Amino acid sequence: MHAVLVMILQRLGLGVVTLFVVSVGIFGATELLPGDLASTLLGQSATPETLAALRTQLGLDQPAPLRYWAWATGVVQGDFGVSLATRRPIADMLAMRLGNTVFLALYAAALAVPLALILGILTALWRNSLFDRVANAGALSAISFPEFFVAYILIFILAQSGVFPSMVRLSPNMGLGDKLYVTFLPALTLTLVVTAHMMRMTRAAIINLMASPYIEMARLKGLSPLRIVLRHALPNALAPIIKVVALNLAYLITGVVVVEVVFVYPGLGQLMVDSVAKRDIAVVQAIALIFASAYVLLNLSADVLSTLTNPRMMRRK
Amino acid sequence: MTGEVLLQIQDLHVEGRAGEEWLPILRGIDLTLHRGEVLGVIGESGAGKSTLGLAAMGFARDGCRISGGDIRFDGIDLRKTPELGRRALRGRRIAYVAQSAAASFNPAHKLIDQYCEVPLLTGMARSTAEAEAVTLYRKMQLPNPEEIGFRYPHQVSGGQLQRAMTAMAMACHPDLIIFDEPTTALDVTTQIEVLAAIRDIVRDYDTAAIYITHDLAVVAQMADRIKILLRGQEVEEAETRAMLAAPKAEYTKSLWAVRSFARPEQPTPTGQPLVSVQAIRAGYGKVDILQDVSFDIHAGRTVAVVGESGSGKSTVARVITGLLPPRDGQVLLDGVALPQDYRARPRALLRQCQMIYQMADTALNPKLSLRDLIGRPAQMYLGLQGRALEARVRELLALIELEPDSYIDRLPQELSGGQKQRIGIARALAAEPRLIICDEVTSALDQIVQEGILRLLDKLQRELGLAYLFITHDLATVRAIADDVVVMQHGKVVEQGPKPEVFAPPHAPYTDLLLSSVPEMTPDWLTGLLARRHGKA
Amino acid sequence: MAVVIFLACAVLVSIPVSWGARRVMVAILPRNMARVARDMPLTAAFGVLVIAVYVFVALFAPLLAPFPERAVVGSQFQPWDSTHWLGTDRLGRDMLSRLIYGARNTVGIAFATTALAFLVGSVLGIWAALRGGWLDQVLSRFVDALMAIPALIFSLLLLTIFGTSVLTLILVIAAVDATRVYRIARSVAQGVVVMDYIEAARLRGEGTVYLIGREILPNALAPLVAEFGLRFCFVFLTISSLSFLGLGIQPPTADWGSMVRDNATLITFGNVTPLLPAGAIALLTVAVNFVVDWQLYRASGLKEQAG
Repeated sequence: MHAVLVMILQRLGLGVVTLFVVSVGIFGATELLPGDLASTLLGQSATPETLAALRTQLGLDQPAPLRYWAWATGVVQGDFGVSLATRRPIADMLAMRLGNTVFLALYAAALAVPLALILGILTALWRNSLFDRVANAGALSAISFPEFFVAYILIFILAQSGVFPSMVRLSPNMGLGDKLYVTFLPALTLTLVVTAHMMRMTRAAIINLMASPYIEMARLKGLSPLRIVLRHALPNALAPIIKVVALNLAYLITGVVVVEVVFVYPGLGQLMVDSVAKRDIAVVQAIALIFASAYVLLNLSADVLSTLTNPRMMRRK
Repeated sequence: MTGEVLLQIQDLHVEGRAGEEWLPILRGIDLTLHRGEVLGVIGESGAGKSTLGLAAMGFARDGCRISGGDIRFDGIDLRKTPELGRRALRGRRIAYVAQSAAASFNPAHKLIDQYCEVPLLTGMARSTAEAEAVTLYRKMQLPNPEEIGFRYPHQVSGGQLQRAMTAMAMACHPDLIIFDEPTTALDVTTQIEVLAAIRDIVRDYDTAAIYITHDLAVVAQMADRIKILLRGQEVEEAETRAMLAAPKAEYTKSLWAVRSFARPEQPTPTGQPLVSVQAIRAGYGKVDILQDVSFDIHAGRTVAVVGESGSGKSTVARVITGLLPPRDGQVLLDGVALPQDYRARPRALLRQCQMIYQMADTALNPKLSLRDLIGRPAQMYLGLQGRALEARVRELLALIELEPDSYIDRLPQELSGGQKQRIGIARALAAEPRLIICDEVTSALDQIVQEGILRLLDKLQRELGLAYLFITHDLATVRAIADDVVVMQHGKVVEQGPKPEVFAPPHAPYTDLLLSSVPEMTPDWLTGLLARRHGKA
Repeated sequence: MAVVIFLACAVLVSIPVSWGARRVMVAILPRNMARVARDMPLTAAFGVLVIAVYVFVALFAPLLAPFPERAVVGSQFQPWDSTHWLGTDRLGRDMLSRLIYGARNTVGIAFATTALAFLVGSVLGIWAALRGGWLDQVLSRFVDALMAIPALIFSLLLLTIFGTSVLTLILVIAAVDATRVYRIARSVAQGVVVMDYIEAARLRGEGTVYLIGREILPNALAPLVAEFGLRFCFVFLTISSLSFLGLGIQPPTADWGSMVRDNATLITFGNVTPLLPAGAIALLTVAVNFVVDWQLYRASGLKEQAG
């Protein structure tokens, strides 16, 4: 067990390093600009005086490592600085929306993960059957559809007739049931897109295993197909399946941006798109950092979890 | 052997899918097996012997189907029995031991859990099953029989896993066990123990067995009768002793003849060696794989480096070619030290030493035609172009006994395994080298094909005065082709010298173990060897 | 309900059409390619047909479109009629014409982006696999760090900094995607580099150019072509999503993503017109995916036979 603990600590250490590199990347991206941020923001209207003033205000007169240090220490304490467009503290703008986005992502995940795993296992079990072919063609199509297409089709079918609202209006004192109802369409959109990916990858992972000699051995021991899948394939498929789930939950992060815009959902994604349009770099950096951290953490936990399911890792020779 | 008939197969046909078509794998096989009898099934790759073994369980792999014939096990018609009924036989009355135990044990479960799976399904109590497992592990001469079951497959060595798998197959005291090449993946010295353990346990429990292998000498130790397959059809079947003494069919005789090839003895060399390997120490990372390895290769002679897996024999080749620069020592060519890294060697030096690989499949670029494959070295080293190049390629093809007109434009995938290996030889010859390193060049090939390759190499050596360095684990190859032998174990040279000296007693202890472990084609060899070894101990 | 019926009809129509397309391919292609075509599943035949139609429309857009791309030719949001088959958009431009020009712009830009990403990513990936050592380490760690940021998020960040124009769009998406291509190309090439024939070529004294061009690339091509299809889908969807968000291809250029965005309000009134450009995007991605799926299956099937 000691070796495993060391390895988990190593992974965590690596995760911290990755987060550091990612934050440097996100912060440092502005350094790629020809000229600097102030001249880009002011564009044609720049006069030497306004430029100088803006530079001082943005702290551009300081060297980059110092600015990064100030930014990073602020972020760690929950201070993301102020928006360039509205002059409001970014942390205040994010607080409410972060909760909303996490709610939507969890909602979609709760629907998608069990659905995808069940479908993936069934299609693998009944490989090449009609069910498998239909499920596969359906999944392939769902993957090919842009998120906004899926969203508008759902609106066209379910919202136009008034069954579900096409715009999400959240109020702070809403009950959970109401909230689930109001956010059903965006959650369903995300679910459809993510389920397709997850199902295909789960199926592939299991089919890959079913070709291995120890599965043939299990069949030659006269075991039932169900027992073979549950006892012989699944324990070995856990690691790849965990990876698949993590990868797709990470994919939700991307999907959430478009879906929030379609349904006018008050989350981080929508704020990000607005801020990109306004070129409010401070806000975009803050949100990008949050999304990227979630992404890194997801991959990290998948790594650790799949290690824990592998007896080779758990018990060395 | 006149017990009651246990398994009766008549006119069995099995087909395999190739795209939209079904191609025959087995074409009308008959087989009768009595209780307690061991039948050896021999064939080269593609003969359909594994398919036959699986069909005896009423099983066909994915992409295969049993298309005709009758399979009766103890009076039960396996083809008419529904899958559920066949499943009830498998593991309980017919068991299977696979070629690679390392891949056939589920990595996620302990050995004992995999052992107990079927007994528990038949209603046996867990404690009884475990106790019996320990008994069987002991019978199979596994170390620590009480504890070994509680390990995971990756914590146990290959030879031990193979024995544990046999124990697992014995768990429900089946009437019949199918052994599908159970020792092929093992080193010769490990093979002996596994063979002995399998033979004893099958006898003790009076279990019938079908023993599938490509190795005649192995099957001679194990089987009461031998059946020989060729491309899905039976060639002949006879009692083991009768078959060994007087094979009838031409094909069988040719199998026997393979082992008779031997190169005439060469005069003892004098003068400066072509290549001299001097006090090499080499390895990867912190580990030294080779320690103080020295030997000479003289022009026109064949040096065989022989050892089991992990002996470092392939690393020797990597040091000589410059792929792995040594930590100490040097390699001399004509008395001059070669640069240690191949990247530092000029083309003229690279040309002197060419390599032929074990797996011809991965040694030939599948996207290049034979013209390009063979032509490239001639173009590079000798500057041949256009017509001269074409003529040279044709000449080389003729030299390796392939018809130039019909082969020159083929891709490697259009060749058989033996032909691919010949292309590997032609590519080496195209550089007009003085030394060719042959890394296990025959071990992926069937025996008859092996002999053809060895004869070709021998002919070329005599015509062109080449020196060969043979890296091999197969002592039969060494006996056939070597002039000098270097025996290696754990990265060190145990013994070396001219072949007659090394192969004649007195031996170094490891050489003795290695030589005595090679199965011989007499049915009493294993019994005699074990008696001798136990007598000594 | 109407949607379900529509989908059912679409599937029913596409089956005989794909079957016909396969027959035509078998008839007109040279013999060895015709054999491949004969064995292709209907889904793949459908994919090939759809891709062919898109390419045709993109090439001959000016001849096919009844009205110019950017001209205001009617009042806003006109319904479908005989002059404007699919009505007009928010500014009174002809929907059908813009849909046709969209094939050229959206698909063309996505293709150029993918090609650029592939050129950079695969050359670097193969080079890294071949050289190994510090070069591989430096490149791979750099790519790892970039890939720790989700693609769309990273693109949005870069677009904020560099502003939105077609050129920056292509460069930004290509840069982000090149990291993914690098990963794939490197792992494919690593599979080839360990082969003995590469070692043989190295020991022969071959140079890097020969090794990549003659030994590695021909053997890495099949998986890379399939990956090109997948990457194209991904890039195409990303660019469409960005355009839909108003951050991609900018007006007045006709582009499917922004056409959906501009006319989305119609959907809530039960008008399907804005779904058409979205459907056009979906159809092409489905088609490419079908073909890629078939190619991957073929590659794996052939491998099994050889082994």
